[in-house]
Amino acid sequence: MTLKEKSRLMDAQMIKRTLMRISHEILERNKGTDEIVVVGIRSRGAYLASRIVKMIKEIDGNEIPLGILDITLYRDDLTMIDTCPVVHSTKIDFDINDKIVVLVDDVLFTGRTIRCALDELIDLGRPRNIQLAVLVDRGHRELPIRADYVGKNVPTTLDESVEVRLKEVDDKEEVILLSKKKD
Amino acid sequence: MKVWTKKDLVGLEVLNKDEIEMILETATSFKEISTRQVKKVPTLRGKTIVLFFFEPSTRTRSSFDLAAKRLSADTLSISTSTSAIKKGETVKDTMKNIEAMQVDAIIIRHSASGIAQTLSNCMGSSIINAGDGCHEHPTQGLLDMFTIKEKKGKIKGLNISIIGDITHSRVARSNIWGLKKLGAHVTVCGPRTLIPRDIEKMGVNVTTSLPQALKNADVVNILRIQMERQKAGLFPSLREYAMRYGVSKEKLEKYAKDDVLIMHPGPMNRGIEITPDVADGSFSVILDQVTNGIAVRMAVLYLVCQSHTEDAEQEL
Repeated sequence: MTLKEKSRLMDAQMIKRTLMRISHEILERNKGTDEIVVVGIRSRGAYLASRIVKMIKEIDGNEIPLGILDITLYRDDLTMIDTCPVVHSTKIDFDINDKIVVLVDDVLFTGRTIRCALDELIDLGRPRNIQLAVLVDRGHRELPIRADYVGKNVPTTLDESVEVRLKEVDDKEEVILLSKKKD
Repeated sequence: MKVWTKKDLVGLEVLNKDEIEMILETATSFKEISTRQVKKVPTLRGKTIVLFFFEPSTRTRSSFDLAAKRLSADTLSISTSTSAIKKGETVKDTMKNIEAMQVDAIIIRHSASGIAQTLSNCMGSSIINAGDGCHEHPTQGLLDMFTIKEKKGKIKGLNISIIGDITHSRVARSNIWGLKKLGAHVTVCGPRTLIPRDIEKMGVNVTTSLPQALKNADVVNILRIQMERQKAGLFPSLREYAMRYGVSKEKLEKYAKDDVLIMHPGPMNRGIEITPDVADGSFSVILDQVTNGIAVRMAVLYLVCQSHTEDAEQEL
């Protein structure tokens, strides 16, 4: 099975505009930056989170705390996959008790990653509220989880896959829809 | 992609450079967990880990126990005095019986060199060596390397002196194997009677002069004089040993670099191999070693318990 590029869902300009809109929505819904912290899920969610923090600073002037979450240790499939995934560290060096945590990830799919992230956040403290921001929601949830801020809703089939490429790691800036194609 | 394939951790001799680096990298990520308010992640939920200590231990045993608990594994502690070993059961039989209770990993400390390897060959569960006789103490070697890397930023090219009873030291052996693989220059120092013949073949420099060993050293790892293994009279008296090989502040100031790191695997004989002003002084990272021990052991348990051997991979 190989993956074939099917179409380009977003380009650099559109990713930027979308993140800007999400930043505005975060401020609108929470009426400012008081008590807000942003936590990105490693690895691409972390880059998106850091961009959102920068944009919020441009809009509002306030710098809000940024954290990074590595969910490897909370995965529910550790006993089923054949290699143990490399563990990276979680970096949240501020108190999340009573804070509004905006969790950021690139693609929302089954919801299992978000379940891990929620469990880990709750082990780290007791936030007042956890909100979820994603660049792409591709459907097919396996858990009762939904996003509060969605960049783009993309209806997909299960044999397709959505890849977010960011300049920090991929030298490109785009969102691509791939489809599995039998050799 | 890096993959961990070893079922057991018997020693650092049998690991390659990449495997050692993988443990150290994984440990870096685990260190943060012990600083949380809730010091626990659910990673090894449902796994059972047995601690089998046939020799006394506080540090290693509690460190392994906490490491397992912080990964949500269940632990079972067995010591010789309360086990059926007292009734004459062999170690292998005891182990086979414990294994029949469906355990996932067994951490063992024993006075017989090579016992971890023997058990690893005949058992299906993971065997982790917590010190076997004079052979190896791999997690101590790893936590020493982790501490050096954390404090000095690297291991390659550093001068590391190990001082004391090299002959009886499993800590020295694990350190030498690991440090050499990561490119450090290792010097061993002690009375000639406590340095094994042909140790040069492990790629280390040998000296019997403490000033020589302190000069140019970036790290000085001081070993404990093991009273329980000192019946043969290999040095005249503890007083003489303390005078010639005991590391004191005065000697450090006279011979050592300003930024030397002082390490000791514990338990310390204060006033013999190390003076209190060195043990508690600014050069000392002895308690950092203990803190790092938990992160390193969490990394080892994570990798070993999640490992899939090459055979298993072929089946998939």
